Amino acid sequence: MKIILNGEPRDVAVQTLAALVDDAGFSERKIATAVNGDFVPAPARQDIELSEGDRIEIVSPMQGG
Amino acid sequence: MKTFYGVSLPNPLMLGTAQYPSPAILAEAFRASNASVATVSLRREKGAGHDFWRLIQDLGVRVLPNTAGCHTVKEAVTTAQMAREVFETNWIKLEVIGHTDTLQPDPFALVEAAQILAEDGFEVFPYTTDDLVVAERLVEAGCQVLMPWGAPIGSGLGLSNVYALRTLRAHFPDIPLVIDAGLGLPSQAAAAMEMGYDGILLNTAVAKAGDPPAMARAFALAIEAGALAHGADPMEPRDMAAPSTPVVGKAWLA
Repeated sequence: MKIILNGEPRDVAVQTLAALVDDAGFSERKIATAVNGDFVPAPARQDIELSEGDRIEIVSPMQGG
Repeated sequence: MKTFYGVSLPNPLMLGTAQYPSPAILAEAFRASNASVATVSLRREKGAGHDFWRLIQDLGVRVLPNTAGCHTVKEAVTTAQMAREVFETNWIKLEVIGHTDTLQPDPFALVEAAQILAEDGFEVFPYTTDDLVVAERLVEAGCQVLMPWGAPIGSGLGLSNVYALRTLRAHFPDIPLVIDAGLGLPSQAAAAMEMGYDGILLNTAVAKAGDPPAMARAFALAIEAGALAHGADPMEPRDMAAPSTPVVGKAWLA
C-alpha cells in the first residue's frame, strides 16, 4: 500500500497507524501523529486503519520561536 | 502581578529556542536570560527530536509550544492538538500566518482558531497584531493573554506602533499583555515594560546576536529595569523646561 509519510511517498505492508509508527522506529519517541490533516491521539493509533494514499504526519519537538 | 492562566512567572521573559549557533549556546543564553518560559515547535520527526527535548527539559523552564508556520485554522488546530499531547501542556502560542513577507497574523483565522481551541480547553497565547478590535475579539473568544507584535517576526525593528500598543494597555488593564516578535534591542523591551506590558517574547534578537548569552543577560536587565520603572510611577513629560535646582537663594552675581 502506498502512503505519504512526512511528505515522502512510501510503500508499506502495515495495516494500522500504530504499526506504522512501530515500523518507522518511532514508538519509543516523543511524537504526535496526524492522518490526512486530523490529529490522532496516541491511544487511538491502533484503531486507525491505513488506506491507499493516506497522508501521515509524525512530528516531534523542535526548536521554535 | 498578573498571572498567565493562573501561573506566575518569576521573570516575564519568554525566550525562543531556534537559530542558536549550538545547543550549548542555547542553554547558556537561557541561564543568562533567567527566562521563565521556552517556546518550542513541532516538526517532522527526523531523529533529532529526542535530544532537543532533553535539552529543553534540562533548562527547567515552562514550555510554550507554538503553531509557527500554520496558515489555516485547520493546520493550527491540528498542530495545537499534537503539541498538547507531546508537551503535556494546555498552553499554546497560537500563530496563524496571513502574509508570507510580513509573517503577520491572519486576524480572522486567528480569532476562529482561538475560539475552537479555547472551547477545547487550551490556554491560548495568541500572536496578534496591535489592532484593538482584533484584540477584543480574541478576548471574547476566550483568550486570557494577548501577545501583540512589536514589529514583524525577526525584523528587529522594535515597537513600531507605540500609540497602538499604549491603547491596548489602556483598554485591557487586567489582561496580561506580552510583546511578541520584532524586538532587536534591550532598550525596546525596557520601553514596553515601562509602558506597563507584562512580558516579552524574544528569539532572533538573542539567537542572532554575536554573543547570545550576553544579549540574553542584557534583555533580562532591561526587562527588570522597565518593570521597576513602571512600578515607580514615572513623571509626566512636559514641553517646557522646569529647573530642578532651587531658584530661591541663588546668589546675585550679575
